[in-house]
Amino acid sequence: MHEIADAFVIAIKMIFTGDPEVYAITARTLEISISSTLIGALLFIPLGCLIYFNNFWGKRTLISIIQTCYSLPTVFVGLLVFLAFSRAGPLGFFGIMFTPQVMVIGQVVLIAPIITGLTISALSGVSPAIRETAVSLGATRFQAVWLVLKEARYAVLTAILVGFGRAISEVGLAIMVGGNIRGFTRVLTTAMALETQMGNIELSMALGIILIVLALIITVLANKFVKGKEADAAQSRAPTA
Amino acid sequence: MLLRVERLQHSYCKAEILKNIDLGVERGEVFIIIGPTGSGKTTLLRLIGLLEKPTSGDIHFDGNRVSDSEEQRLAVRRRMAMVSQKPTVFNASVYDNVAYGLRIRKEKGASLHGKVMNALETVGLAGYDKRNARTLSGGETQRVALARAMVIQPELLLLDEPTANLDPVSTSHIEKLVTDVIKKSEMTVLMSTHDMYQGQRLADRMGVIMAGEMLQTGDPRDVFNLPQNRKLAEFVGVENIISGAVVSNKEGIVDIKVDGAVVEALSSLSAGAAVYACIRPEEITLAKTREPSSARNTFSGEITRVVLFGPLARIELNCGFPLVALITRKSAEEMNLQTENRLYASFKATGVHVIAK
Repeated sequence: MHEIADAFVIAIKMIFTGDPEVYAITARTLEISISSTLIGALLFIPLGCLIYFNNFWGKRTLISIIQTCYSLPTVFVGLLVFLAFSRAGPLGFFGIMFTPQVMVIGQVVLIAPIITGLTISALSGVSPAIRETAVSLGATRFQAVWLVLKEARYAVLTAILVGFGRAISEVGLAIMVGGNIRGFTRVLTTAMALETQMGNIELSMALGIILIVLALIITVLANKFVKGKEADAAQSRAPTA
Repeated sequence: MLLRVERLQHSYCKAEILKNIDLGVERGEVFIIIGPTGSGKTTLLRLIGLLEKPTSGDIHFDGNRVSDSEEQRLAVRRRMAMVSQKPTVFNASVYDNVAYGLRIRKEKGASLHGKVMNALETVGLAGYDKRNARTLSGGETQRVALARAMVIQPELLLLDEPTANLDPVSTSHIEKLVTDVIKKSEMTVLMSTHDMYQGQRLADRMGVIMAGEMLQTGDPRDVFNLPQNRKLAEFVGVENIISGAVVSNKEGIVDIKVDGAVVEALSSLSAGAAVYACIRPEEITLAKTREPSSARNTFSGEITRVVLFGPLARIELNCGFPLVALITRKSAEEMNLQTENRLYASFKATGVHVIAK
């Protein structure tokens, strides 16, 4: 117990004295996870809409498959991305193996089912009457879908946050395709794994604390952003002269 | 004619919801579709509002047939607006709700602001603009929905039972909006209701729909007083529907034999025709003694039941056939009407509407 408490205290000191390596790893982690979350959101929220608002054969099966993929093992995705992007793989000519780029691609693949699936759930939580009301007031198909998405904003935000949580916390994929290269592809989770094995418990603890605090800050900010938008919308009545 | 519906037929799965509906609505009028719950009113309005496509039949808007082209349907839809029975408001401020139809038409700035504030004022919700629309009461929600539809100045406003779930105060508020505001702005209104009296109060013309069929259209007074068949007569509140047969017709005055009595009425039907004699309860006068009068029909009967409601009293009599009279509560009290009293019930020959069976 003592050891953990000591490690904790040293970790806090490390964070506040500004260990340059800790900060570099943190910045790289955020860069990669935020990129993959944004790309994932831009690609897969629209895909979720497309699936939800269209009727086609096999729709329910497709949704079941997507939901099953929520818990896709990160090492499995890592393996697939590794096979695709390694020199001999079909996408090997990109030559991006063991770079942050390929880590972003891997994370996008990893969170694709989560963002798509949770977007579909978010949209099914909105009464069909909302879309119909929009249409009856003259909305185009796109305008109506946009309104439903806005109605589902909290749940869609949750989809993005869950995706981000999975991206920032995964370790298997980051090691397999990133390689944990110091100063290049080393992120909080891979650094923690390595430092713990090397016995640097304090450093590992510091990295862990940062990881949790980051997740907390981003969740709070995202919630604020959505609520703020709402307040803006209410106040934007006054015409802008 | 702004709207013309021809041979409209619609089925869900195998159930036929609408059968061969023909309907025309003139520009500027308030046309009310009236019918019991489940008669197909909502489906008809949804088809006219282009939210669904009919199984067969045509809808013409402003002289043009509405085709299957999404582009054309959108263009026509943008000239109308619909308020549904259970209005849905968006999870946003009252202001943003009302502004929605204008914003999707690319309207902005001072013109948008002016129109929205004006619409809120009109429906009596000035000062509610910042409230989240989800926090409003049923009546207020319905008014937001009305403001949201009216603000885009649609040529055709579709109202699907706008007062069905509201209390009497909210109902009269909505009715006042329809009569005062919408009529003044020269919008054409197609509204449905199951309330016969509301139809009477608001309609320029009305159509009665029952079990998916448009049974009668025309002036509200005609629909109310001259229903074309027994089902319609029951629906429009004719309580006395007496089965009988014409025994003679002398220059348009018929004698109808009913359960041992003879009722005089006006009709062109000749002797032998099986008919229903319809008498509205308010057409019947009651007296303790038989007095000479111009009323052609007077029957002696015994009171079987007295029901007081509000300022009125409903008296049920047995005159050999059952007869219901509606008189004021005051009359009932002054005459001291009790069950088992014997009375004379009179009504004029012109107070009887005769329907052929």
